[in-house]
Amino acid sequence: MASAHSDAPADTRSALFSSVALKILVAGGFGAGKTTLVGAVSEIRPLRTEELLSERGRPVDDTAGVEAKRSTTVAMDFGRIDLRPGLALYLFGTPGQDRFWFVWDELAQGALGAVVLADTRRLADSFPSVDFFEQRRIPFVVAVNCFEGTEVYAPEDVRAALDLDPGIPVLLCDARSREDGKELLIRLVEHAAAQAGLDPMGAARG
Amino acid sequence: MSDGMAAEDDAPQDGPYEDPYDDPYDTEPEIDLFTPRSAAEDRWFDDEAGPVVRLFSMTRGRAARPVDEGLFDLISLVRATDAGGRAEHEPALDATHHGLLALCRDQPLSVAELGSYCDLPVSVVRVLLGDLNDAGLITVTRPVALAHRPDEQLLRDVINGLRAL
Repeated sequence: MASAHSDAPADTRSALFSSVALKILVAGGFGAGKTTLVGAVSEIRPLRTEELLSERGRPVDDTAGVEAKRSTTVAMDFGRIDLRPGLALYLFGTPGQDRFWFVWDELAQGALGAVVLADTRRLADSFPSVDFFEQRRIPFVVAVNCFEGTEVYAPEDVRAALDLDPGIPVLLCDARSREDGKELLIRLVEHAAAQAGLDPMGAARG
Repeated sequence: MSDGMAAEDDAPQDGPYEDPYDDPYDTEPEIDLFTPRSAAEDRWFDDEAGPVVRLFSMTRGRAARPVDEGLFDLISLVRATDAGGRAEHEPALDATHHGLLALCRDQPLSVAELGSYCDLPVSVVRVLLGDLNDAGLITVTRPVALAHRPDEQLLRDVINGLRAL
């Protein structure tokens, strides 16, 4: 029996429940290809958002003498993928500089997982990201961005060099490739599911 | 120096006569008064100048309130409620508030997207969204708490969605 007046609050509520946002972080050293990867898999041109460093949570140790400089901002590039109506996946490139760890903390909260992009020419640059996600038990995969003209290493060599647990997927990729980006994200979600003891795709996948 | 300039001025004109009013090298763009200009073109100042309006004045000096803690996560989805043009009659709202409402009227947008499209730091957007929330003009959906117990169905949807890209 349809009432003459539609129940507006209930409609609003059902619309709310149908919109879910998830986030995945893309970390790695400066120039490892974070924004490139975000752009390759996003449906929109990567966006940039800024966070003011004058907010609560700003580290107090290394700002001595710069208190007057209130408007320091840290920029984050991000993209969005609409997975189905009402389900949006956001990809955030983490700010590269070490002094922005507290922004990472905020970003990492509630994240589905992370992709750590590694550049074999500067493998050490990815150590801090690996440490960060290991310590916080955030599921992550390591993606070796195969830049043109660089020697291609076997994933196992990279795993050994980064001292990764055997369970952490190490993949080779081209950060510019949409297909590679998709595969990375799928592997990450599968890894996150496995880490949580779930098997979302069932036995059918084997 | 003056010799050089004089020489340039007195240079003999070679070639056929050309109408000085029909200069083929005149690359001055014609001004189109009828095409709406993009926001970027309207910004005649560059980023080095800093914001024309000080950010703290946009929030009237306010910072995000503790009561809103966690409400406006970067990926919290914000949607304008259809309040029948009520926003027009809210005296406390300014153009930026209305701009935010217009952005999320047709589809929910994340706090991060709103900041990016408005060209404002997220911390400023949070304060303005707090005003809109107080006025009942938006609904806010916090992100799913995935941290320790992800939802199997949700992960399946994510994987299938990624495969279908």
